[in-house]
Amino acid sequence: MNLTLKIWRQQDATATGKIVDYRVTGIEGDMSFLEMLDVLNEQLIHKGEEPVVFDHDCREGICGMCSLQINGEPHGPDRGVTTCQLHMRKFKDGDTIYIEPFRAKAFPVVKDLMVDRSAFDRIQHAGGYVSVNTSGNTIDANAIPINKDDADDAFAAATCIGCGACVAACKNASAMLFTSAKVSQYALLPQGQVEATDRVLAMVNQMDEEGFGNCTNTGACEIECPKGISLENIARMNREYLKASAKG
Amino acid sequence: MSILDAKIPEGPLADKWTNHKNKIDLVNPANKRNIDIIVVGTGLAGGSAAATLAELGYNVKTFCYQDSPRRAHSIAAQGGINAAKNYQGDGDSSYRLFYDTVKGGDYRSREANVHRLAEVSTNIIDQCVAQGVPFAREYGGLLDNRSFGGVLVSRTFYAKGQTGQQLLLGAYSAMNRQIKRGKIQAFNRHEMLDLVKVDGKARGIIARNLVTGEIERHSAHAVVLATGGYGNVFFLSTNAMGSNVMASWRAHRRGAFFSNPCYTQIHPTCIPVSGDHQSKLTLMSESLRNDGRIWVPKRIEDAEAIRSGKLKPTQLAEAERDYYLERRYPAFGNLVPRDVASRAAKERCDAGFGVNKTGEAVYLDFAAAIQRYGKEKALTSGIENPSPAKILELGEAVIENKYGNLFQMYEKIVDENPYKTPMMIYPAVHYTMGGLWVDYNLQTTIPGCYAAGEANFSDHGANRLGASALMQGLADGYFVLPYTIGDYLSSDIRTGKIPTDTAEFDEAEKEVKDRIEKLMGAAGQHSVDYYHKKLGKIMWEKCGMSRNEKGLKEAIEDIEALRADFWANVKIPGSASGMNPELEKAGRVADFLELGELFAKDALQRKESCGGHFREESVEQDGEQKGEALRDDVNFKYVSAWEYKGEPKNAELHKEDLVFDNIELKTRSYK
Repeated sequence: MNLTLKIWRQQDATATGKIVDYRVTGIEGDMSFLEMLDVLNEQLIHKGEEPVVFDHDCREGICGMCSLQINGEPHGPDRGVTTCQLHMRKFKDGDTIYIEPFRAKAFPVVKDLMVDRSAFDRIQHAGGYVSVNTSGNTIDANAIPINKDDADDAFAAATCIGCGACVAACKNASAMLFTSAKVSQYALLPQGQVEATDRVLAMVNQMDEEGFGNCTNTGACEIECPKGISLENIARMNREYLKASAKG
Repeated sequence: MSILDAKIPEGPLADKWTNHKNKIDLVNPANKRNIDIIVVGTGLAGGSAAATLAELGYNVKTFCYQDSPRRAHSIAAQGGINAAKNYQGDGDSSYRLFYDTVKGGDYRSREANVHRLAEVSTNIIDQCVAQGVPFAREYGGLLDNRSFGGVLVSRTFYAKGQTGQQLLLGAYSAMNRQIKRGKIQAFNRHEMLDLVKVDGKARGIIARNLVTGEIERHSAHAVVLATGGYGNVFFLSTNAMGSNVMASWRAHRRGAFFSNPCYTQIHPTCIPVSGDHQSKLTLMSESLRNDGRIWVPKRIEDAEAIRSGKLKPTQLAEAERDYYLERRYPAFGNLVPRDVASRAAKERCDAGFGVNKTGEAVYLDFAAAIQRYGKEKALTSGIENPSPAKILELGEAVIENKYGNLFQMYEKIVDENPYKTPMMIYPAVHYTMGGLWVDYNLQTTIPGCYAAGEANFSDHGANRLGASALMQGLADGYFVLPYTIGDYLSSDIRTGKIPTDTAEFDEAEKEVKDRIEKLMGAAGQHSVDYYHKKLGKIMWEKCGMSRNEKGLKEAIEDIEALRADFWANVKIPGSASGMNPELEKAGRVADFLELGELFAKDALQRKESCGGHFREESVEQDGEQKGEALRDDVNFKYVSAWEYKGEPKNAELHKEDLVFDNIELKTRSYK
């Protein structure tokens, strides 16, 4: 198929960006979206132009490195996939596709389609861990039985890949889904109880400091999340936060 | 006498690690504050090492090329992690895990290292559970296990198909705790471009800030390389796009010996190649072989009909299918080790029985498992006389619960529903057992330079068993390096900060800058990918699943010629003073073009077949094992360790003889 691409180009964080038009031809349905961009970049290199910069690494939907706002949707029109797993069979010959970076104040553009998501790391630094030493002197793993449903829910929350689609989908650029997934994982497990109060306060505080917006329960994050992280996590985090605030 | 000293501790096998830990020198907590350690790579090995070293009190700097440590490719490991917990009471023990690993590696690994790995494996699970890693559990609340290839027990712990992700996020969370304490400084979007040696010791690195393009100097008292494997030398592999050999190769050029480069794991269950545009291959976890049965049609006419779209696999009756693994290896069946399963698939496809357009695919079929689970579930749910549709529904639900994310991934990529029609799979490059030579302390031949995880060569011999990579990465990082590195650093407590304004750093930085300039200044005919794909094709055709003398000799010449062409004609747009992904790729491919040649050279000298290294000239001629790989313990029971001498063709071979005091060397039979 032949496509028209309208791609955001921006030299660096301080430069002014703009949409530039490109044409690609001979795209096959079996190609992933990023492989389609590879084809474009190969063309640009041949012409001696700078290829379009975008984040990507594992190309199997798990590292969370790829992003892209495709026709206004994070990770494009398909559900439950990252951009690297979006296949061109979802498009048709003659389509025009808008490709932009994830937009949020807390995610400044690095270059072209690549954004800086280090704010997510800093939220994790604030409390996304259990303070246990790693030198191995712990109790036997089976000494703490955990209800299977809780363990499964904790796992489901922990499958967040930290891509930032939730922020990009949200009209408020809120990071509540991301933050609540980590808070939930630990809130559901006995190992996380000890530090539960400090954790939720610190992580929410950091989230606010980074300049993410608030949650107004529109639920766009859940729909666009490539890993299906549930809105229930936000509700759980709100309860945890309220509890922690009351404890003070 | 070899110049390689593995420094294996004295004493009985089971006591070596304990004795060693009791004897090694320690650094007191106050002195640790004055010692800096650089960790390159933040996957399971690097992340866990960084966290633990920082927790002990050292000042740690981590480096990764990704935008966050959490994105290292350990995250993509699917199936599980082995540990000799014997929670299932099925006869597992440290010894059995040790034995399986040595046998699985085709008797080409070091006994003492492997035994230590088996010993600490149980700690890993305790540690990870304490960190809040959500492993799969049974209804009683205890941890669940599954079985993997090449073993007869269930010792694999897992978190659905995302075990690597959960373990890596565990290590990342431990890192985050230390980052908050100020004990780890994380340099993300940074790439190590050279190792700096001072008085023969590793004392720092030169790194490029990938955002600004600046070349930076970082010093330390020791450098840990945990930068993964080099499977991307094949271009197409299950590795991440950015996975590369640069850190290891730069260290190799500075004096670290490179071991067993030809030992590559070709994983049997990957999604087949669909076309020339393909940028990477996707693994379907080995855990699927617990329930999936692998087959091709018995009759070649049926295979042809399937390839041309005239016949569907579901139309073939049981008797018309060749479950070739069950046929050839009745004892292990579909759960034979990876190297055996891969070769068997290639054998069938080469003989014309392949089932996709390219003829390079076999079926992985879940129909039998869906039936079995469906009936079981109906029985335990008290449903009498369930209809076939009900059985199907219940069975599919069980399979979805076990492998749901893998099935979804398959459907997204291939556009076929694997619940209704068998998956198509084919072997793909997945893991590299070779890597930097290390002694028992994980130190390379450069004092102060350590290698951990997939980056070293140590524990998997010529073939790695499933679910053992995660085990080794975390064992090295959490439990081995933190001890052994202290022994080395105990002599550094009075050294003081290593300055970076010295001649050694000047020289290393100049070399790095000259190399970048040379790359940017090439004539500019072809893209980096053009060369990478060409290299990959040479490697796959001549150094892939089966190798012979003629092909390997050709590969050496072809790669040398391609390398010369690359340096003369590669085209990199943009500039070096800012973000430039093409320049990053070019540096990595330049090193692959050297490593690839050494790889072929190593494969050429190893005239035996062992593990993932299959030489067509070395095959069992008769008996029950006829046609299987033939090992040659008399002549090749050693680790190859290559010393850099300029061009790869001049590399000098050193040998570390492997001594087996505890295990009898046998023909590896899975029949």
